Amino acid sequence: MSTHNAYYIPHKATWPIIGTVGLFIMLAGFANFLNGSSIGPGMMILGLLVFIFMLAGWFTLQSLESEYGMYNTQVGISYRMGMMWFIFSEVMFFSVFFGALWYTRNLSVPWLAEGVTGEMLHKGFEAVWPTNGPAHLLGGKPTPDGEFEPMGAWGLAFLNTLILLSSGVTCTWAHHGLLAGKRQQLIQGLIATVVLGFLFVGFQAYEYHEAYTEMGLTLGTGIYGSTFFMLTGFHGFHVCVGAIILSTVLFRSWRGHFKPENHFAFEAAAWYWHFVDVVWLGLFVFVYLL
Amino acid sequence: MSAVIAPHDHEHDDHHDDHGPMKGWIRWIITTNHKDIGTLYLLFALAMFFVGGAMAMVIRAELFEPGLQFVNPQFFNSMTTMHALVMVFGAVMPAFVGLANWQIPMMIGAPDMALPRMNNMSFWMLVAGVLLLASTLFMEGGAPAAGWTLYPPLVLQTGAALPFAIFSVHLLGISSIMGAINIIATIFNMRAPAMTLMKMPLFVWTWLITAFLLIAIMPVFAGAVTMLLTDRFFDTSFFDAAGGGDPVLYQHIFWFFGHPEVYVMILPTFGVASTIIPVFARKPLFGYSSMVYATASIAFLSFIVWAHHMFLVGMPMAGELYFMYATMLIAIPTGVKVFNWTATMWKGAMTFETPMLFSIAFVVLFTMGGFTGLMMAVAPADFQYHDTYFIVAHFHYTLVPASVFILMAAGYFWLPKWTGHMYNEKIGKLHFWLSAISVNILFFPQHFLGLAGMPRRIPDYAVQFADWNMVSSIGGFIFGLSQLLFLYIVIDTIRGGTGEKVTDEVWEDAHKHSLEWTLPSPAPYHTFTTPPETVPSEHF
Ligand code: HEM
Ligand SMILES: [Cu+2]
Repeated sequence: MSTHNAYYIPHKATWPIIGTVGLFIMLAGFANFLNGSSIGPGMMILGLLVFIFMLAGWFTLQSLESEYGMYNTQVGISYRMGMMWFIFSEVMFFSVFFGALWYTRNLSVPWLAEGVTGEMLHKGFEAVWPTNGPAHLLGGKPTPDGEFEPMGAWGLAFLNTLILLSSGVTCTWAHHGLLAGKRQQLIQGLIATVVLGFLFVGFQAYEYHEAYTEMGLTLGTGIYGSTFFMLTGFHGFHVCVGAIILSTVLFRSWRGHFKPENHFAFEAAAWYWHFVDVVWLGLFVFVYLL
Repeated sequence: MSAVIAPHDHEHDDHHDDHGPMKGWIRWIITTNHKDIGTLYLLFALAMFFVGGAMAMVIRAELFEPGLQFVNPQFFNSMTTMHALVMVFGAVMPAFVGLANWQIPMMIGAPDMALPRMNNMSFWMLVAGVLLLASTLFMEGGAPAAGWTLYPPLVLQTGAALPFAIFSVHLLGISSIMGAINIIATIFNMRAPAMTLMKMPLFVWTWLITAFLLIAIMPVFAGAVTMLLTDRFFDTSFFDAAGGGDPVLYQHIFWFFGHPEVYVMILPTFGVASTIIPVFARKPLFGYSSMVYATASIAFLSFIVWAHHMFLVGMPMAGELYFMYATMLIAIPTGVKVFNWTATMWKGAMTFETPMLFSIAFVVLFTMGGFTGLMMAVAPADFQYHDTYFIVAHFHYTLVPASVFILMAAGYFWLPKWTGHMYNEKIGKLHFWLSAISVNILFFPQHFLGLAGMPRRIPDYAVQFADWNMVSSIGGFIFGLSQLLFLYIVIDTIRGGTGEKVTDEVWEDAHKHSLEWTLPSPAPYHTFTTPPETVPSEHF
């Protein structure tokens, strides 16, 4: 294989259609499952497997092409732009849920208790946060005065903040190692980052378990439960994805991939990781603390 | 006559790389070539245009007379909902992505799109999304019928179709975001060195800005429908006051997406118009840089005006006033554009081939839609117009004789470059006049209906609305049938058209305006494998 000077344009691509079919089957299966159809779960698993197969295949292809030197600097710039704007789209996705949290806390919950609405419809409802609404929803069902315990900030959430922040540091430390050509530091840094990432997910799972079993806090606990689980849930999912991406980067580092001047996959994973980190800080402040 | 026809067949030497397309149907599934993918998008969009059009025919047939004629109200509502979703996400948006695929690399002197594999995936995700959506037509409880805005709580009463429609939105969102990222990377990273930003054709500029809009808004729509999904299936109460949520929250999120979304459909329209009009006026575009800045201002403003769709929902007075004035501001950059198109034609050596006819009609009729928009921007006046046929007339003027006409214009304008064949000008003109007249018969009376108080999204109406509805339906049928001419022309042109061999520039002096006209016709499978040395430097 040569180092191309021209922009690399692959002449055919089979992974995209495979991935699309996988995602299609998975989502159609999920929809069937939600409608209570028995073929749903099977389709979901099948689609997921196809999708994972695509991810593995496509990423392997990309890393091999990269190692063969098929990507010149210009191709690298395209990839970086792609990743940047993908992260921007993720920022917008999270903004929706932060926006919903802001809107309900500052506008719609007070409106429910105010004026004629409060007087006539929701007598006795107080606009305090956290709330499960005028109907005191628990598990999605109205209750006379259903109580729940809100999630505190200074327990697991704070611990998780420390964990995620340290993982940001170890990630950067690994990057310095890569830039300085110290493979050992690169690998150790990545191992630490991945371990911290999964530790975070583990603690969050534990927190969810507590919430569901001990605190009466579920997705169905009114608007507080909705926003809490939606925000932390999507974030947790992103941590999982980020940790998996970092694991593949770790694997490639161990196989001797990446050069100090050319390591797009590492950069992309690191950007993603820092993004997930920043979102968590937002969550810690707006969901747990305030 | 500005179509330049070559005197003889002449061979173009392809000193480009290697190989042409793969053999067999598999080519179309695994292709990474921007021209192939552009063709796929355009043909898919054309097909969806007729699917959505068929639904519109059902709507107009039912509304031909008062009373229930052909379909039951539930199905009627499904038709309005699906018509809108199919037209927006299946026809207009993909058609512009198709144009972007074909044209942007050729216009900026790039060998292909920046991320060719992802380009392929964007297209197939679109197909998957539309398939999910279309499948809802055959489901228990029918297709979604709550309107394309999918407002809760009504939409939560949808039957089995709801999760399919929601996942369809997710897939369409992924497709659009990937397409937009690709366009941004292509424009920023793949331009020929001589192609500085302020030399780019306006079509490229408007798409660049549109791509930013898409990346910003599609995730927002995805988030909104995700909350619908969890409200329906996972006990959340985002849009349920019993749990402290608010249905109006959905409207805010939806329109934060929805208003920029209408600009996603109109900005590339502006770009194509700004590309076509100078060629047939034989003048450089008037006010090139002001066009760029106007486009950017419109895009920015589109993010801060969303609640003009919600004047009647019960907003604080300050909100009503703010959204009223902010919305009116959009008329300024829009006016700049209309002025510039007109000034471009002023004292031009104009000829009136089909693409130009459609473009001129666009300038006039889009302005109509802009004016009615301005009327509805006045909050107290909108109390009267809201949810009536007036707004139906408004947005159809901005979408049909604007976006759709310009898509037609683009087809006539570039088909010779794409296929190497000339379309039949006589039938093209016939198509134009039939469309231009019937579209007004179809939509103009809807202004009267709306002002008189006829609500939108109803299968039946009071008898005083009967006359104009009948007129509108007749216009609708003529318009719908006329589009078969376009289908005929597209097929005919692909298969050889008039038989004349077109030159490289196709339209007189078009190569002075944009790079694609310096390439052979039909454009070879691979173009600009090495960037062109010079680019048209005349805006002029
Ligand atoms: C000068 C520019 C414009 C202004 C001031 C404007 C203003 C408005 C207003 C105030 C409404 C809400 C009416 C109501 O619900 O009572 C509206 C609706 C709408 N506009 Fe525009 N508009 C403009 C341009 C456009 C363009 C360029 C497009 C599309 C290409 C567009 C598409 C729509 C659509 C689709 C709706 C209806 C949405 C729905 O309720 O289903 N508008 N416009
Ligand atoms: Cu709007």
